[in-house]
Amino acid sequence: MLGLTRKDTTILLIVTVLALGAPFLLNPFPISSPLAQFNAGYPDLMQRFVIFGIFAIGFNILFGLTGYLSFGHAAFLGVGSYAGVWMFKLLGMNVIPAILASMIVAGLFSVLIGYISLRRSGIYFSILTLAFAQMSFSLAYSVLTPITGGETGLQLSLNDPRILGQSVTPDGNIPVPSLFGLEMGENTRLVISNWVFTFNVGYYFCAVILILAFYLSIRIFRSPFGLMLRAIKTNQTRLNYTGLNPKPYTLAAFVISGMYAGLAGGLMVAMDPLAGAERMFWTASGEVVLMAILGGAGTLIGPILGAGFIKYMENIVSKINETILHNWFAFLPDGLEDIVVSMVYPFIGKGWHLTLGILFMLVVIFLPGGLVEGGQRIGRIFRRKKKKETGDGSGATTVNPAE
Amino acid sequence: MDAFILQILNGLDKGSAYALIALGLTLIFGTLGVVNFAHGALFMIGAFVAVTVSRILSISMVVEDPTKTDFLGNPAKISTPYVEEWFGPTIGAGILDWAVPISIIIAIPIMIVIGVIMERGLIQHFYKRPHADQILVTFGLAIVLQEVIKYFYGANPIPTPAPAAFIGSFDFGAMIGFDPNTIIYPYWRLVYFAFSAIIIAVVFAFLQFTTFGMVVRAGMADRETVGLLGINIDKRFTMMFGLAAAVAGLAGVMYAPINSPNYHMGMDFLVLSFIVVVVGGMGSLGGAVLAGFLLGILESFASMSAVIELIPGINQVIIYLVAIIILLTRPRGLLGRKGVMED
Repeated sequence: MLGLTRKDTTILLIVTVLALGAPFLLNPFPISSPLAQFNAGYPDLMQRFVIFGIFAIGFNILFGLTGYLSFGHAAFLGVGSYAGVWMFKLLGMNVIPAILASMIVAGLFSVLIGYISLRRSGIYFSILTLAFAQMSFSLAYSVLTPITGGETGLQLSLNDPRILGQSVTPDGNIPVPSLFGLEMGENTRLVISNWVFTFNVGYYFCAVILILAFYLSIRIFRSPFGLMLRAIKTNQTRLNYTGLNPKPYTLAAFVISGMYAGLAGGLMVAMDPLAGAERMFWTASGEVVLMAILGGAGTLIGPILGAGFIKYMENIVSKINETILHNWFAFLPDGLEDIVVSMVYPFIGKGWHLTLGILFMLVVIFLPGGLVEGGQRIGRIFRRKKKKETGDGSGATTVNPAE
Repeated sequence: MDAFILQILNGLDKGSAYALIALGLTLIFGTLGVVNFAHGALFMIGAFVAVTVSRILSISMVVEDPTKTDFLGNPAKISTPYVEEWFGPTIGAGILDWAVPISIIIAIPIMIVIGVIMERGLIQHFYKRPHADQILVTFGLAIVLQEVIKYFYGANPIPTPAPAAFIGSFDFGAMIGFDPNTIIYPYWRLVYFAFSAIIIAVVFAFLQFTTFGMVVRAGMADRETVGLLGINIDKRFTMMFGLAAAVAGLAGVMYAPINSPNYHMGMDFLVLSFIVVVVGGMGSLGGAVLAGFLLGILESFASMSAVIELIPGINQVIIYLVAIIILLTRPRGLLGRKGVMED
């Protein structure tokens, strides 16, 4: 289907179902239950899942395929955000031109940075991208204040021209981003006894784009172009000897991945029309590295899982405080309860970064394929058991490499 | 002229910190071939050793004094630090005052132990893996170390004063024959510069003039041959990792009075130190020191108001700009050896 093999179609379908059904899937607990705090099905967070999913997919096209570790990808996201807000300011509140502008500007920016950075490889490439991103961050913060809004960030205001739309709504407010009149912030609530499901226009807009972006990334992974990128990762010298110049391929991958980041930035401002320089800081670039590696660099679905995992921890796990923990472990004897709580507490709540760091190290050390590989290994163990039970015992299970 | 000297002086203290961290980084890279993203965290741990030592020294004995009462009518509590109790008030107060310099002595063994544990426990498993993996795992380690410190010390910067003798500034201009009040310079920054010059000299002397250092240098040049001569080079390289950690830690200890330590100070310095290493030449010790001071001084020159008027924003980007130009025009860095990581 759609030029995909059966397996890829399955993966695409899984992502589609996950993305479209997220308001249900992420809201498994009724609001009255104490577990309701684990519900992640509110629009703001779901949008973040999807947007960072796109960002991570894009990063993975570069790092997962070519092995070039960029530590400055957030710069493209930031540039994309600024371009998006400027489109809102100048043209109108329709999200389509804003997102297109984000992608184009981020693409051009990544041509520039990629062309220079890709002259070196390995750690030097990482440092060059890092240096460029930090430079963009510093400039956006200081000199470029007229364009970027500096410390306060770039915001919409009532006297923006908006030549294709209106500067001010009839009731005197700044208009909100919309898709041909369909407002991004619009919600529909569905109440089924104790469950409340929120369907948000903006979220579904992002989700559709995620599915498209994911489909495109599958096509890239399976294309001759993708194969070439993998060859660059495996052995660049050998590729040179066969008479091929790998530069244009890596640059293309870099630009594609920069445009994905720009797209993510554009969606970010389409959901909330505000862009700030802190989005370009190098820790933001580090975050997308964490997402891709944690989920599984070089796999298709890994980055989305990684992005979801980290954003879930950042927004849900970080809210667990000591009182909640005491409630959980209330069944234990008093003294033991205190000990258990004091042992668990450093790792969750405000300390979630610690868990993230440890998990990330464990993944890099033991599971270079990320959570996806972890899942596959577990799956393999179960499959082996099943085979033994049926008395097949041939042992050699054929498992395809991480997808 | 006086403005010129002032900028050089201003660049020196930051440059010293860059040079010290970069020295450790490049030492690790030159010996073990590992790109250590956790090196900034070692710098930060050093600063927190200073915090801890000054906290431990000021642990106090609380005595109730029945003759006096506070405003609520309860007996007033008088707390005397134990050091004052043991060594008498003058010496005790002196020890408290000199907490940061005292931390140096304590920091050296602590940092060496941390370094050796890091190398044996984690990094030795990554020698054969690609540089990207090394960057990633040490990046993870840096996050973990940072969060552990945050858990114990909180997220706010903790002021750690320098000894009273070095607080305040002095008129450097008057000392070298300029008009008074043109070059005012804080004492502690000069101390920091002198201290880092000493550390750098010690490290170089250690490598140059001791047998141990000679073997290490031989190992840097040709690890295999040194191994074939029956020398356990791995053990020495582990010690060098400990030494590099100690250098970073000492840089952190002495930096504590300049900038109150907080848990992410390491990361802030790490990015710049990496750039310093790359500019100086990966694996070149002299290059790291040279580039550290050079970039520190360049940075302070770029923040002169005359320069900013000429090229707005240059003070923010000068270091990155220099790094980019160097990386593209002279791939091995200022003093890098030919053939080391030139790709």
